[in-house]
Amino acid sequence: MSEAIPAIELDGVVKEYLSHGETVQAVKGVSLAIGEGEFFSLLGPSGCGKTTTMRMVAGFEEPTKGVVRLHGQDVTDVPPNKRDVNMVFQSYALFPHMSVWENVAFGLRRRRVPDAEVKQRVGEILEIVDLTGREKRRPREMSGGQQQRVALARALVNRPRALLLDEPLGALDLKLRQAMQIELKRIQREVGITFVYVTHDQSEALTMSDRIAVMNDGLVEQLATPREIYEKPASKFVAGFIGTSNLLTGTVASVEGAGAVVRLGAEDRILVSGPSTAGETVDLTVRPEKITISTEQPEGDLSVVRGTVNEVVYLGTYNSYAVGLADGAEIMVFQQNANDSSVTAERGDTVWLSWQPQHSYAL
Amino acid sequence: MRTRFGDRLLYLYTWLIILWLASPIAVMIMFGFNDKKSKSNTSWQGFTLKWYQQLFEIDGLTEALINSIVIAVASTILATVLGTLLGLAVGRYRFRGKGFTNFLIFAAISTPELVMGASLLSLFVSANAPRGHLTIIVAHTLFSLAFVVVTVRARVVVLDPSLEEAARDLGASTWDTFRLVTLPSIMPGVAAGAMLAFALSIDDYVVTSFVNGSTQTFPLWIIGSVKVGIPAQVNVMGTLIFALGALVAIANSVSARRRAR
Repeated sequence: MSEAIPAIELDGVVKEYLSHGETVQAVKGVSLAIGEGEFFSLLGPSGCGKTTTMRMVAGFEEPTKGVVRLHGQDVTDVPPNKRDVNMVFQSYALFPHMSVWENVAFGLRRRRVPDAEVKQRVGEILEIVDLTGREKRRPREMSGGQQQRVALARALVNRPRALLLDEPLGALDLKLRQAMQIELKRIQREVGITFVYVTHDQSEALTMSDRIAVMNDGLVEQLATPREIYEKPASKFVAGFIGTSNLLTGTVASVEGAGAVVRLGAEDRILVSGPSTAGETVDLTVRPEKITISTEQPEGDLSVVRGTVNEVVYLGTYNSYAVGLADGAEIMVFQQNANDSSVTAERGDTVWLSWQPQHSYAL
Repeated sequence: MRTRFGDRLLYLYTWLIILWLASPIAVMIMFGFNDKKSKSNTSWQGFTLKWYQQLFEIDGLTEALINSIVIAVASTILATVLGTLLGLAVGRYRFRGKGFTNFLIFAAISTPELVMGASLLSLFVSANAPRGHLTIIVAHTLFSLAFVVVTVRARVVVLDPSLEEAARDLGASTWDTFRLVTLPSIMPGVAAGAMLAFALSIDDYVVTSFVNGSTQTFPLWIIGSVKVGIPAQVNVMGTLIFALGALVAIANSVSARRRAR
């Protein structure tokens, strides 16, 4: 992060609820800083505290402990109508008794913006979201994708310092969702506003974000770029939640310089950096597409394990193998259909799996 | 052939029901045009418009009608305002005594009018409140209030809470949020409650007869005149009140159809 004042800053934020006489911590202490113009995602399963975190930024929830700052200013006690952020709701929350135009103009009118300027700005934003000519429609007369864009325009027209989006694509079907992901990214580039995006969909977060905070059980598990989160998950949870991942448990056989050799079975040899004590039990992870499957023992300085093919599935762009190891664990392997679609091994074959040492991490 | 017979039967049945519902109204309208010579207005004696011309010539009746309209308007406004606020509270919030409040609302609807009228009378007497317009308005507000609460509550419980949050988020104050978003969203419930309140008040006899003091209302005057013969002006006034109600109902269904489009 640069020296500049972050657009949004959370400092030791905790949120507790009273539920049936018991105190429940929805957010257990989150500190993060979101930069100006950044596309930032809060990613995690439902109940991880991501929505509560966003609602504290918007001002709908008051933190039990901690401070929320917008552009360096403490806004912890400022009501939502006095905060310079706007939100796109999961249900869109469009006002059903107002036309598209009235919906979009709502925020500007509350701010007493002169009529001429309201007209001009509403016109501009409707053009950006490609809804020119539908000003007089009622929300219910529009498709889900159009309603989504009205909700976006209604928030963006106020030129907030940051836009908060709460699973805004959740109600759309897959094709439309993918189109809207690209659209959102384009709009964000065009308006240059900080976006904070809450989602449980990891592919959505990976596609759009500059940085992602992966949340679990009220805490941030990892905060990094999409590439880093995918390639170097910081915890078992992140590895399992983002993409497909193989989790293996083995014992350190020997330590060689900076690296260690981990064994699962007699013929297995996994090279990892990190663990330093022989005999230690370690969890490690490797992505399915990093693994090469072969019927002969591979040469070179690779991590190698031996197993039996349990299942082969043809998936169009790649083949998926489920390989059972000696200790009962199962490893997923994805093999690209680059040249021909024939499979390397059949169900029941004994195979070698190998990968570059840098692709497995001790967790 | 069986389905056609069934269809016909249904057709016939439907028209019988409509006839049954409409006949008292039709008779009331018809006898407003009856050129009756005697006191009673029970046999058809020819067509006339003179009752329409002499509509306001019975002083007691005119005064009773005006009283009824004033009382109905006042109690409708009071019941609608109070009932809407109460409906919002019980539909939206969790608070101590919510269950008891809901029970009271149910009780106000289900209590027999005789019981309510008698107990209100003893209340007013023991409080030394002079019976008249004011006590009638209080009584009518009391029993219509519960109906407003019920219709408003039904709208509030299906209202998406993020609508109000969106308004707040867009810079609306608490009052603006209520005025511009909450109230328009629950308006159909408020309007239905107000119409019920007006209809209940304008034709109430039982409760009114306990708390009226010397004030006459339209229903009280009519019952009082039964023995000496109901003047045809009553039919005319009834016709006009019915026409007004029918107009409101038509306007409501037209606007509902337009909104649904």
